[in-house]
Amino acid sequence: MKSSKIHFFDSDPLLALLGNPNCGKTALFNLLTGSRQKVANYAGVTVERKEGRLTLPSGKAIRILDLPGAYSLYPRSLDERVTCNVLLGRAEGEKRPDLVLCVLNATNLRRNLRLVLAAKRLGLPCIVLLNMADIAQRKGLKIKLADLSAELGLPVISTIGIKPHGADDLKHFLDELDWSNLSRLTTGTAQVNSLLNHTETDNLRVHQILEKLALNEVVPDVLADRLDRILLQPIFGPMILVAILFLIFQAVFSWAALPMEAIKWVIDALAGVVSSHMSDSWIRSLLINGILAGLGGVLVFLPQILILFFFILLLEESGYLPRAAFILDRLMATVGLSGRSFIPLLSSFACAIPGIMATRSISNPRDRLVTILIAPMMTCSARLPVYALLISAFIPNQKLWAGLDLQGLVLFFLYLVGIVGAMAVAWVLQHFTSKQFQVHALMMELPSYHLPRLGNLLISLWQRCEIFLRRVGGVIFVLTVCLWALSSIPAPPPNASGAPIEYSLAGMLGKTLAVILQPIGFNWQISIALVPGMAAREVVVSSLATVYALSVVNTEASQSLIPLISHAWSLATALSLLAWFVFAPQCLSTIAAVKRETGGWKIPLIMLGYLFGLAYLASFITYQTALIFGWG
Amino acid sequence: MKSITVNQLPIGLVRQVERVNAPSNKPELAQQLEDIGFLPGEQVTVLRRSLLGDPLMVRIGTSTFALRRAEAQLIEVAIISQ
Repeated sequence: MKSSKIHFFDSDPLLALLGNPNCGKTALFNLLTGSRQKVANYAGVTVERKEGRLTLPSGKAIRILDLPGAYSLYPRSLDERVTCNVLLGRAEGEKRPDLVLCVLNATNLRRNLRLVLAAKRLGLPCIVLLNMADIAQRKGLKIKLADLSAELGLPVISTIGIKPHGADDLKHFLDELDWSNLSRLTTGTAQVNSLLNHTETDNLRVHQILEKLALNEVVPDVLADRLDRILLQPIFGPMILVAILFLIFQAVFSWAALPMEAIKWVIDALAGVVSSHMSDSWIRSLLINGILAGLGGVLVFLPQILILFFFILLLEESGYLPRAAFILDRLMATVGLSGRSFIPLLSSFACAIPGIMATRSISNPRDRLVTILIAPMMTCSARLPVYALLISAFIPNQKLWAGLDLQGLVLFFLYLVGIVGAMAVAWVLQHFTSKQFQVHALMMELPSYHLPRLGNLLISLWQRCEIFLRRVGGVIFVLTVCLWALSSIPAPPPNASGAPIEYSLAGMLGKTLAVILQPIGFNWQISIALVPGMAAREVVVSSLATVYALSVVNTEASQSLIPLISHAWSLATALSLLAWFVFAPQCLSTIAAVKRETGGWKIPLIMLGYLFGLAYLASFITYQTALIFGWG
Repeated sequence: MKSITVNQLPIGLVRQVERVNAPSNKPELAQQLEDIGFLPGEQVTVLRRSLLGDPLMVRIGTSTFALRRAEAQLIEVAIISQ
């Protein structure tokens, strides 16, 4: 059946935020609408349009659209195309904005003003927001709002996106605005379809304006220059980058020890209370072996995840990330990618899904596709519990030279294997694409350094915490209960000698799968846990906890998973499972994201196939090598 | 007047952009470089090169960009300062 689309547009006026990348549109959007969209100090954080609502003091409601940043209205990548389509009224399901808020980075008027001139030609009502006004003032830039307004022929309002009252002037202005007569804010006549290139004439006009405002002097960014001299020094720069990454993984283990002990203690205490107050029944088994063992097993890793995110957020806020991309660009070039792929790949350390979405800012379609294909190999935070579990159980906690601990080193190594694997795949893919597509644009802006704001950091960390807890309470909880049920029915025959789980549905499934997975050293318990782990990687940990809790023949109170598996598995099996998790596409939501971003099943299927193939191969080699070393 | 390209500029020297050339296999690169600010008359300085000379860190007006050598080659600058 064919259906025709009818759009019902909200009658409230629609405002769109337009500006260069990294000029603070999203910070303003969050301030105006009370949203908490991600902000960070690099270009290209926002890759799709986001809508929010603002109720003015007078009670009038308006809709605000946050748009991806653009350097011009000639789009070069998917995210910039979103912006252009909205402004031209071509975006599906959205009317043309009633008013455009042109956001200027006050410290970089030279480049930002050109976009205002281009926006004026759209024939839409515009007002200008002079954002980061506080930083400009600190730099000694005196921008006279009235003069700028006279030159542009548009109202100019100063804003500070990161201060609680930084948008009050704007709200006041919007309240006073005559919404029925917006056309007086339209200065240009619509020249949407004009193919004329105005860039050079616009630039001359910007120079005139800056000269009139006595702002034509180029103020050097002394702090950035000084920091860059050290951080981007050709030899020390890369060493500092490696040292920073190294420190992060050391911290993930050493700082988390205490809070992890605390969480474990609480869970054990709860299990103790349940087992002493309840008689032996299926409910007690569900509570102890299912929920407490399963969820507790995952919850324990929250501190490590938060420490990892703390460092990622610091890097994002400070402005160091694009510099790291600068340092690594040469290396990326040898495998046929550009530094532009670095930021999506780095986002994938949190989760592959935002990483895959961030590839929209890569202008070259081939580069974008390769980046999507290798993104799942970056170790996402959901893999951290699995790694941490296996490392804690099998790698001795000993100090090496210079106070480095072995466990942190192994974790660093696992991350490294993922990166090297991804680079190798990119290198192979380079040979499948014709040379003519291989002009890689970098053109990446290196922003000023900003001191990360503690409040912002804490809010973002709390958001990560919420996301994790929601996963634990949602998908992980549901799957744990399902797995417990499948592991408990049917009941074992009366003369059974083994644990009841061996006769259950899950047990039978595990034993079937184990036939295929036996050459890489996985037993039937691991095989069971891998299946629900497809929904979310952490579920492997909770599933192992449940399966092992049910496998113990004498029904002792829940025993910690770490000592259980360190007795039950050989080192060869543990190493093989680690190798499996470096590569295996154990996450259905990533596959769904890839399908959405590439618009078909072809790429996600290729991805599934090659990642499972790689995982099996890596585990096979690891297991067989470990057997030779006598670690079986 | 003779001109050189940005990738040939010594580090720290301030020069003005003359024009941006469009490469035959990817003509849109010229437009993109103009969009980020490489326009005639703008002041350009190479701040540093990485270990192997690629990429370069370039200041254009008040912005700083990382450019690959192939991109820097497209930007012609005046050989003497004005």
